[in-house]
Amino acid sequence: MSKLSQELEAGRFAVTAEIVPPKGTNVQQTISTARLLWKFVQGININENPHAIMRISSLAVSHLLVESGMEPVFHVTARDKNRLALQSELLGAAVLGIENILVVAGDHQSLGDHKEAKPVYDLDSVQMLHMISTLMSGKDLAGNPLDGTPTFFPGAVVHPQADIPELEIIKMEKKVAGGARFFQTQAIYDLDAFAAFMDQIKHLETKVLAGIVLLKSPRMGRFMNEKIPGIRVPEGLIERLEKSSDVVDESLAIARELIAGCQDLCHGVHLMTIGWYDKVEKMLTDLVR
Amino acid sequence: MIASKQKPFQEILQSLEGEEKIFIVGCGDCATICHTGGEEEVWEMEEKLNSHGKKVVGTVVIDVACHTLKVRSIFNELKEQIGQADGLLILACGAGVQSASQVTDKTVHPGLDSLFLANIRRHGEFTERCSMCGQCILDLTRGICPVTRCPKGLINGPCGGAKDGQCEVDPQRECCWVEIYERLKKRGELDRLRRYQPPKDFERTVKPGNLTLHIPRKGIAK
Repeated sequence: MSKLSQELEAGRFAVTAEIVPPKGTNVQQTISTARLLWKFVQGININENPHAIMRISSLAVSHLLVESGMEPVFHVTARDKNRLALQSELLGAAVLGIENILVVAGDHQSLGDHKEAKPVYDLDSVQMLHMISTLMSGKDLAGNPLDGTPTFFPGAVVHPQADIPELEIIKMEKKVAGGARFFQTQAIYDLDAFAAFMDQIKHLETKVLAGIVLLKSPRMGRFMNEKIPGIRVPEGLIERLEKSSDVVDESLAIARELIAGCQDLCHGVHLMTIGWYDKVEKMLTDLVR
Repeated sequence: MIASKQKPFQEILQSLEGEEKIFIVGCGDCATICHTGGEEEVWEMEEKLNSHGKKVVGTVVIDVACHTLKVRSIFNELKEQIGQADGLLILACGAGVQSASQVTDKTVHPGLDSLFLANIRRHGEFTERCSMCGQCILDLTRGICPVTRCPKGLINGPCGGAKDGQCEVDPQRECCWVEIYERLKKRGELDRLRRYQPPKDFERTVKPGNLTLHIPRKGIAK
């Protein structure tokens, strides 16, 4: 059983953070960032080709983390692999000691740096979760028995402030039915709206880690409101940053308030620092665990 | 119908390098509707090639260029003209090009790029609605195909990438899952969205597709 699953099952407020792995083979920086984060978190997400930009594999970096005594959340992306590749990679992850899995569809390749690539999307995220459950039952997707059965802690993503909440929750229900034991959410900035979302999904047996993205500038807040799906930054927060004499301090204060608020609403937080990895400690100073 | 677009003229010229006498074949069906290989486009191509040092020795627009038997019989009728040509330029979809390549030993050049199975929205406007996946789920979604209209082909709901209901890949286009949701909600059929859709069976569409009908011969009534 992964440490992350134990923490969540024991009802302790869990913290995960994510790292974008390098484009290239220089992994020292990634490993030292992971070491820095590991003092404060119970799981480190290693993105797989995020935004459809080619980077070193999540599997390789996840393995390096395991070797260094840390616990990764390994990403598998529907965009890049068909069902043969997904299953064999998952079995590979299992023997490398990787248990936490996050399934994502993946941004379309036309948004990334290999626009001419052939998209795969053989399975979708719901089907991938069913596939993981099938592997954990000792069989592959074709019904063949496995010689050695893997153990995973599968999770998925959800957008608490999706345009159409009902549609998002229907998909979330399907993900839970497929075996998602935890969810990491898109960034949340409005605790009231998030509380309403948590109320709407209280019938679901799963754990929710609220996405916390450091709001690094007023401009970033406006950009996200305009461009990023499922993110709504209240104008009040943007104004706070504008009026503040120290944007970094104010940004961290906002994050601390959100994290403190989440302690009463959900089961943990998922930190996306967008490069401000060294600020994680200060994000968590008010956290009660 | 098959949507197509003409290859850039320079590319066509390059492919005809070393051939002087050209015979042009158009198609009276899809390529005519698409304005890529009908009478008018064949004539324009003839003019252009003639003005670029080629000699067009003949042209024909075949009713349906993907009908291989028909192409064979028309090529037979025109064998004298075709016989003079160094090469054939085919203004039809890939199926039409291969009808031609199957029935002649002459070099065959495609003049078009085939794009997709198209619905005609209005004159000159085409849109892809069906991917011919071999497992139609239009009943489930009440007539909106996510396999085709979602760039990721997701069949268990949206990806979460849509912004204000518009697709992440093309913000000018509505996310088809929003459309499906609205249609099913209006009909009181949202439970259809809740059904798990298992992975698709791609064995049904292994390429190349072949279909042979076993049509029983009708007896002659006595």
